[in-house]
Amino acid sequence: MKLEPLIYEISVPGRCGVRLPEVDVPTTDLPQDLLRAELDLPEVSEMDVIRHYVRLSHLNYGVDKGFYPLGSCTMKYNPKVNEDAARLPGFAGLHPRLGIDETQGALMLMYYLQTWLAEISGMKGVSLQPAAGAQGEFSGILMIRKYHLDRGDGKRTRILVPNSAHGTNPATTSMAGLEVVELPSDENGDVDLAALRAACDDTVAGMMITVPSTLGLFERHMLEVIEAVHGCGGLMYMDGANMNAMMGVLKPGEIGFDVMHYNLHKTFSTPHGGGGPGSGPVACNEKLLPFLPGPIVAEIEPGDDEQPPLYGWHMPEKSIGRVKAFHGNFGMLVRAYTYIRENGGPGLRDVSYYAVLNANYVLALLRDTYHVPYDRFCGHEFVMEGRWKDAPGIHALDISKRLMDYGYHPPTNYFPLIVPEALMIEPTETESKETLDAFAETLKTIAREAHENPELLHEAPHITPVGRVDEVLAAKQLVLCCVPIPDWAEQPPTLSTQSA
Amino acid sequence: MSKVEQGLKYTQSDEWIRVEGSVGVIGLTDYAQEALNDIVYVELPDVGATFAKGESFGSVESVKAASDMHMPVSGTVTEINEALQDAPETVNSDPYGAGWFIKIAISNPTELNDLLDADAYEKYCAERE
Amino acid sequence: MSYIPHTDADRRAMLAAIGVESIEELFDAVPEQYRFPHLALPEPLSEMEVLSELYGLQAANASVQDFSLFLGAGAYHHFIPSAINHILLRGEFYTAYTPYQPEVSQGTLQAIFEYQSMLCALTGMEAANASHYDGATSLAEAIIVAINEARGKRRKIVLSAGINPQYREVVRTYLQGQDVTFVGDDRVRTPAELLELVDDQTAMLAVAYPNFFGQIEDFTGLADSLHSQKVLLTLVADPIMLGLFKSPGELGADMAVGEGQPLGIPLSFGGPYLGYFACTKQLVRKISGRIIGETKDNRGQRAFVMTLRPREQDIRREKATSNICTNQGLMALAAGIYLSLMGKCGLRTVANLCYQKSHYAAREIDRLPGFSVDWSKPFFKEFMVRCPRPVAEINARLLEDYGIIGGYDLAQDYPDRANTMLLAVTEMNTREEIDALVAALEEIAS
Repeated sequence: MKLEPLIYEISVPGRCGVRLPEVDVPTTDLPQDLLRAELDLPEVSEMDVIRHYVRLSHLNYGVDKGFYPLGSCTMKYNPKVNEDAARLPGFAGLHPRLGIDETQGALMLMYYLQTWLAEISGMKGVSLQPAAGAQGEFSGILMIRKYHLDRGDGKRTRILVPNSAHGTNPATTSMAGLEVVELPSDENGDVDLAALRAACDDTVAGMMITVPSTLGLFERHMLEVIEAVHGCGGLMYMDGANMNAMMGVLKPGEIGFDVMHYNLHKTFSTPHGGGGPGSGPVACNEKLLPFLPGPIVAEIEPGDDEQPPLYGWHMPEKSIGRVKAFHGNFGMLVRAYTYIRENGGPGLRDVSYYAVLNANYVLALLRDTYHVPYDRFCGHEFVMEGRWKDAPGIHALDISKRLMDYGYHPPTNYFPLIVPEALMIEPTETESKETLDAFAETLKTIAREAHENPELLHEAPHITPVGRVDEVLAAKQLVLCCVPIPDWAEQPPTLSTQSA
Repeated sequence: MSKVEQGLKYTQSDEWIRVEGSVGVIGLTDYAQEALNDIVYVELPDVGATFAKGESFGSVESVKAASDMHMPVSGTVTEINEALQDAPETVNSDPYGAGWFIKIAISNPTELNDLLDADAYEKYCAERE
Repeated sequence: MSYIPHTDADRRAMLAAIGVESIEELFDAVPEQYRFPHLALPEPLSEMEVLSELYGLQAANASVQDFSLFLGAGAYHHFIPSAINHILLRGEFYTAYTPYQPEVSQGTLQAIFEYQSMLCALTGMEAANASHYDGATSLAEAIIVAINEARGKRRKIVLSAGINPQYREVVRTYLQGQDVTFVGDDRVRTPAELLELVDDQTAMLAVAYPNFFGQIEDFTGLADSLHSQKVLLTLVADPIMLGLFKSPGELGADMAVGEGQPLGIPLSFGGPYLGYFACTKQLVRKISGRIIGETKDNRGQRAFVMTLRPREQDIRREKATSNICTNQGLMALAAGIYLSLMGKCGLRTVANLCYQKSHYAAREIDRLPGFSVDWSKPFFKEFMVRCPRPVAEINARLLEDYGIIGGYDLAQDYPDRANTMLLAVTEMNTREEIDALVAALEEIAS
């Protein structure tokens, strides 16, 4: 496949991709001394732009193109109706600074979504403000921090994090000014209870844990873990990245979690957008309600038979504050609302049932070919090793790259860190048996190739638009921009005194 | 097996220091450069900066990892290896020679006694294999 | 089960392959007493039913489709060329994720590299990342960069009260655990007055360009003076204004951050938007978020890849300076398409339309008895009007009787600005709309 030139490389002076109206008012002189001299943007026609981006899209792989078993990311099908819903003019054309009387439709939607996310998690309250899972996590940890400070307990500065955790967990903890205490896993991939109990003391602010774990497993001592942390006065944070295995299966709030986040772009089918936007609502129990980031939507006047309630904004009394301007990634909230509304309670349970069925099915098909280090029923994903003793020199990455030749997106590589040469496979519920059969068959073929013709894997991928890229060169030459930027130090700023 | 040079002192965070009178030359060990793989960037402090033992004075990055560089002993930076800015790969090719990071005026020579000698460091590396 | 393709036969065959009788058995590790709770959610709806419900909800909102809008204050109604949405709806873009695998992600990678390049051109900065959540969190990330650049030894940040009040709330939320002091925004201060607050504990000073009141303040000498004290300068800049006015780079900024929503992204009740982030080359290794770099593949072709990865949370974990992972990638794509379509000429034209129309509106309103426009500083597309009555009262009348969404009530954030309305006028406001607003204000005041 032919690569695409840069948009700057097809630029021709004098072209423009848009027609704008003439100035229809009496004009005012521009303040010449405040204006810039140059503006190095491309000059291309609308068709140039369309063809450029369509060709670029051909170099990409998405769920709409094929199977995308990227573990921990829940790459399920993104229903098209979601896209239409978010683009309805009353949503897309709604200014965020409007008052509550002008935005009742949006507020009602958000109120219901808050309520439903609370119900699904067994929690008491939800803030839809966080823009992504990492921001939801950050909110949750700040809430825990503030909860302890509010009680006058300033010595709780440590957060326990299993060594299998997503990198966001320790990074979040540091950002909140707290200290990470890494906990080992036991030989079954569960939290090492003895190590946990030893770490639990009156300096523990809380613990962050993913359920099912990043190994794709339901922790077998979950209740003991929660008891140990609560026992020393700490709070429990659940990383909700894996909620796709949990809906109608287990409510985190019911087993004692105090706070958690959702990833609407994982569990509730909002698209991943090539890296975002996501949405990371944070949910909590009674204890932490006053600390939620806000404002959140509340019913401020009850409704009756004739009138719906009036919805408005409420700032929780001890809120950690605002984590984002305005009200969260509203467009993503509309999509998630649409998805939950289409599924209902039984539908969402089916989502989790079939996500878990699919993962266990692929695991069953592959466990004789690939080593599965923690082999028991998995949740919605599982982790296997991409290496064999009798195929030296083959790495998980080689298997991933070879999968591309067969038309698949690779699984997640090298995570969690506690499994060597990890391949983390998450099929999601929207994939059919035929797709899973074909994928498993391909992985078996690749395992054969790894033993018989390892070069095929080392040189893979062969049929993609580009081959393996030189990351060392990228980091050394550090070309991040294709436009020459003037050396401003040699052209001192000339913004002069202003005249009214 | 990575190389450990005799006559140097080592830290558990994989820095070495060569003592030349009151001056200490500091770098990253062969073991650490191997673990990091292709080094693409080295961050160095300003000459004249003073750091305490154990404090971070800079960092080193490959495409897969980054780690802080820590002071084996307290001191003031007297010279930095400017050549590493353009050729960070020197740390890979010659970690104990041209790949040095900084020279310092050692402020408390007794701190040298806390460091590992070559044999102890070699043993420490072997334990981590 | 519309999105679950399994037939009964599939399910049976799969269960048999696993060696269980039912799906429920797969959850044996879940504590039994908590297993399979009821979900009290409304009954499921078909696609046509859910759409009909959503039509109802969206109709209960006052959108720009039905009203003429003069409200800005951080979110702006600008023209969005149709081509953008058509590209955004390509499944290859919007159903992909972070381009971890460059061989099958060159579309996203190149598009973001081009976005970075256009953003550098626009801001006059040497590097840009692939986005933060919004303008507010971009500013928070800039503060974290400044503190790290000073190796944590300077922990004071000088903020102008001219920065969007919500941004100033967000940065305080972000830094609440990190022992950072914010000064300067307790009242409106000139750049010179802000400079007086800088000392050897200060890591960064941030100002807005234009400020929240729409004004272009005089930053002459600000950067030099800060740099001589080893303090970084961050400009929170409106990207449309940069089509005409001097870039943050030219003004000596070390970082330029802000809200990219005006670049082809719908109002959408506040999100998803685009936190843009640009900086000097000197700071690039200190910034967070994804960054795309150019390289070559093993066939010698030009290719793009995520670079400077060791800064990120998945590698650096507790030592990472930010936990950001998912960003606003698709919004960065939208902004890239917007800047391509507009190009050199179009963006200048948009900026000029904003300037001309806002100044026309300001002059006309200024003529009205009881209204006075603040001309004390140059402005771009927003300006302050002192009104004869409380802004809320005027806005209610505008909406009810004239179908006009009026400006922002500044007294909400600045108690000393009672009866002061912040009006935004963009290329979307026709002369007829502006004249109607002026006539309505006149009637309301009389």
